[in-house]
Amino acid sequence: MELQEVEQLAKLARLKIDQDHAEQLRTECSKIVALASQLASVDTEGVPAMAHPHEVSQPLRPDEVTESSCKDALMALAPAQEEGLFLVPKVIEEA
Amino acid sequence: MEFKTLTQQRSALDTGQISAVELTQYYLDRIKQQDDTINSFITVTESHALAQAKAADAVIAANKQGPLTGIPLAQKDIFCTQGIKTTCGSKMLDNFLPPYDATVVKKLDAAGMVMLGKTNMDEFAMGSSNETSYYGAVKNPWDHSCVPGGSSGGAAACIAAGFTPVATGSDTGGSIRQPAALCGITGIKPTYGLVSRYGMIAFASSLDQAGPMAHTAQDCAHVLAAMCGYDNNDSTSLNRTCDDVTSSLDSDIKGLKVGLPKPFFDDALNPLIAACLDEVKATLEKLGATCVDVDLPNMHLSVPAYYIVAPAEASSNLSRYDGVRFGYRCENPKSLDDLYCRTRAEGFGAEVKRRIIVGTYALSAGFYEAYYRKARRIRTLISNDFTRVFEQVDVLLGPTTPTTAFKLGEKTQDPVSMYLNDIYTIAVNLAGLPALSAPAGFISGMPVGLQLIGPAFSEAKLLNVAHRYQQVTDHHLQSPNQ
Amino acid sequence: MSWQVVIGLEIHVQLNTQSKLFSGSSTRYGGEPNTQADWIDCALPGTLPKLNQAVIPKAIKFGLATNSRINQYCEFARKNYFYPDLPKGYQTSQLDKPIVEDGFIRFCVDDANEKKVRIERAHLEEDAGKSLHEDFHGMSGIDLNRAGTPLIEIVTAPDIRSAKEAVACLKTIHTLVRYLDISDANMQEGSFRCDVNVSVMPSDSDTFGTRCEIKNLNSFKFVEEAIAVETERQIDLLESGHTIAQETRLYSPERKETKAMRSKADAHDYRYFVCPDLLPIIVSDEEIATLKAALPELPRAKRQRFVKDFALTDYDAQRLTETKPLADFFEDVVKASKANAKLVANWILGTLMSAANDENLDAYATPISAERLGLLLTRIEDNTLSGKIAKTVFAKMWESELSADEIIEQEGLKQITDTSAIEAIIDDIIKANPAQVEQYRSGKDKIFGFFVGQVMKATKGQAAPAQVNQLLKAKLSTS
Repeated sequence: MELQEVEQLAKLARLKIDQDHAEQLRTECSKIVALASQLASVDTEGVPAMAHPHEVSQPLRPDEVTESSCKDALMALAPAQEEGLFLVPKVIEEA
Repeated sequence: MEFKTLTQQRSALDTGQISAVELTQYYLDRIKQQDDTINSFITVTESHALAQAKAADAVIAANKQGPLTGIPLAQKDIFCTQGIKTTCGSKMLDNFLPPYDATVVKKLDAAGMVMLGKTNMDEFAMGSSNETSYYGAVKNPWDHSCVPGGSSGGAAACIAAGFTPVATGSDTGGSIRQPAALCGITGIKPTYGLVSRYGMIAFASSLDQAGPMAHTAQDCAHVLAAMCGYDNNDSTSLNRTCDDVTSSLDSDIKGLKVGLPKPFFDDALNPLIAACLDEVKATLEKLGATCVDVDLPNMHLSVPAYYIVAPAEASSNLSRYDGVRFGYRCENPKSLDDLYCRTRAEGFGAEVKRRIIVGTYALSAGFYEAYYRKARRIRTLISNDFTRVFEQVDVLLGPTTPTTAFKLGEKTQDPVSMYLNDIYTIAVNLAGLPALSAPAGFISGMPVGLQLIGPAFSEAKLLNVAHRYQQVTDHHLQSPNQ
Repeated sequence: MSWQVVIGLEIHVQLNTQSKLFSGSSTRYGGEPNTQADWIDCALPGTLPKLNQAVIPKAIKFGLATNSRINQYCEFARKNYFYPDLPKGYQTSQLDKPIVEDGFIRFCVDDANEKKVRIERAHLEEDAGKSLHEDFHGMSGIDLNRAGTPLIEIVTAPDIRSAKEAVACLKTIHTLVRYLDISDANMQEGSFRCDVNVSVMPSDSDTFGTRCEIKNLNSFKFVEEAIAVETERQIDLLESGHTIAQETRLYSPERKETKAMRSKADAHDYRYFVCPDLLPIIVSDEEIATLKAALPELPRAKRQRFVKDFALTDYDAQRLTETKPLADFFEDVVKASKANAKLVANWILGTLMSAANDENLDAYATPISAERLGLLLTRIEDNTLSGKIAKTVFAKMWESELSADEIIEQEGLKQITDTSAIEAIIDDIIKANPAQVEQYRSGKDKIFGFFVGQVMKATKGQAAPAQVNQLLKAKLSTS
């Protein structure tokens, strides 16, 4: 793993990495990826990829409204809120 | 404590030798006196506990008690508790008061248990030593310079230290069994889907499973019976009636076929632990079991596969911690990106960040096939190995950990050496199978764990074997020197 | 050099369920901010999705109505990206195994020739919340009421070759989802939204150019305009020797231009993977058969039937079948009336629709029921009313609950069809206007209208027009 790659991944994962720790993080993550690289040599031709431990299908819920407003409880948890809205630094969607 | 186990406490409560309030007060006092050193609790819920105990006493007085009424319990801080701080061991959730209870919490409340508090754990359950907790490391009650294991380190330590008879844990790659082994207690990870994950803060959704921890297999059985069951709040919860895990505890194990998987007894295993396991084997044989060598040819792939699957799922599961709706938020964010990047950099610890980076890598364009998809194929191979071996034997016996508890700080510099502590426990999670760890002896005063693994839904059998073993041994009854 | 535009559509259709895709919160439009978002919608730690059973048959119905394959084993995947209106940090969607794949729709653009556009896929996914940009001290507000509302995203192949075709295709799908009763498809409320992929290539080429995606178009008009200006922009760039950058653009209706959205640093690595909190959906043969059997008559079949059975023009049939309630209303009026279907169609699409539009009503939901309109048109058919008087009666019906017959009776509006009565009136008029008669007879045909007007004036419009014409012609030419 290159340092630049780690920085790109950190950007994707929205983690600010300060320069002092970037190299350490690169070393550690490289080791983990190297550990995982053992898998490359295994022949898995035709082996299905497991997503869930059991072969069961998705249970379904009736289409009913079961929840009423919990706005006050939500706002009590929110780090920044006003008039029932969660606040974030300005979202710029325009060109 | 005169009444150490849940089973003993049950009869003491039922016969009026002690009240639930007295029992609760006894543990609260011990925690107050000794947990400064052990650090096994993040939150002690004293008034909540005393209120529950009082209610339990009323139930007992009315002679309407169940098997768990009035029994004290510690909840791992991964389970949401309504109005009670739930941190998951992270600064990110240091101020989080869930508006709901986890299903596990609801069920154990309904069973009349008394919650003493919330136990310390590795941050977001990512760790094998409880050293990644924002709330500081937990110390092993058997040797304060050693780790208790993790991620349910607080749960294991508080039972070993005599702060509670029972605790809940969660196990994604060994997080119940490994600390149980290192702290000399019993813990079981049930079949994936048996216990609801609703309200249990997610680490790796396809691997996470909650289970009980206690001194004995019998105690675990009683708590598991109350924890499991279908929950329509969790789509992966299995819609099947729970096996009766308590009534078969005493069943004879004559004719039981025990498999000894070769990869569990390889060079990585400490020879003294191997010797402990030889004794376990001899004991089981004395009880009428027969032991045979078996192979799990893909077992060695479980750690690498796990360190792709678990971080991949975690990287996505942890995206919701963004400083917008709950939890930690950085000061004065200058832009949306700044809000995200600093909140997550400041709120998460080093191990969590490592796993997010690795998981992001495994899922990213260009690496997905080679890592993530490949690891899921390996899961199939590992699962098939177990299926094949359980056509020959009833249960598998092996060690839980390659060594006894290691020193605090010993492995924090090298994450991979830390990960290798879970070589014997991880395969079970990848296959979704049940497994338990129980005390198997001591090496230089430090506990050793045996691991029993069974096919899906064999919890009753595993607990039966462990209980029979515990009836003729006393490792599980030992306590660390005070 | 001449250019060919190539267009593909991605249409987000909110399914008309009571509750959300994965939670029991209401999907009602227009609630106070964050009053319809529960713990699951807000992605609080420990919460897990619970799939709404209503969404699966709705998606399957769309697949069946578009000749698509229904994937009987399908999975949910997570699409990972950070945005404040996306609480989990991923959108639960479908990638490898969408519920609907490989279908097509057919529709007419200008003439009766049908155009076929392939449907590549339609997958289930959850909607995001909304960012409100009113200024909260330099901050944006996040409302999660819409977060988790079920959608199907319909992706067409790049088979569309003009803005007009794109709009026709979009309207066809809009009509279809309402026929199937799977969506309100209300564009103002955002329950039917469209992204358009546009590229251009030389007319003699068959290699597609680099495409741009124009996001979030919420009216047919904007779709047409945006495609036109984007096509022009791309052609200008290519003709001046530039290349097209693949990017996402936004259309500004005020400035009539598209502009590139701020490019995101992560260049869209969505890291899709199968959602471990949800299990595969298994659809049985029986379920598909049951849904297929219960499909309503679809717009295209209905349109063709209207042309065939009622001798309507393609255009009228198209308009009458735009919504199912309107088509049903038309058939109800036909049933309730002795008038021919063509007259019914003209009245519904003309008088009724314009009166309804004036009051912001749908034509099938005005004070004029199918029964009432039917009787009125019967009275035209049997010559009791002229078309013009019928409009007067219609206006009075709108204001009251009276039937056409009651109004005719009350107001004495019955058409004058008595030949001798009309002839007497004509004689008087001819006598009173010798100059005009002279003009007519000397070949100035245009003056004929003057005489018709005079007769109508004298009869307060109640003389049967056809009869008036016939008698006038006879009288003017003979005397």
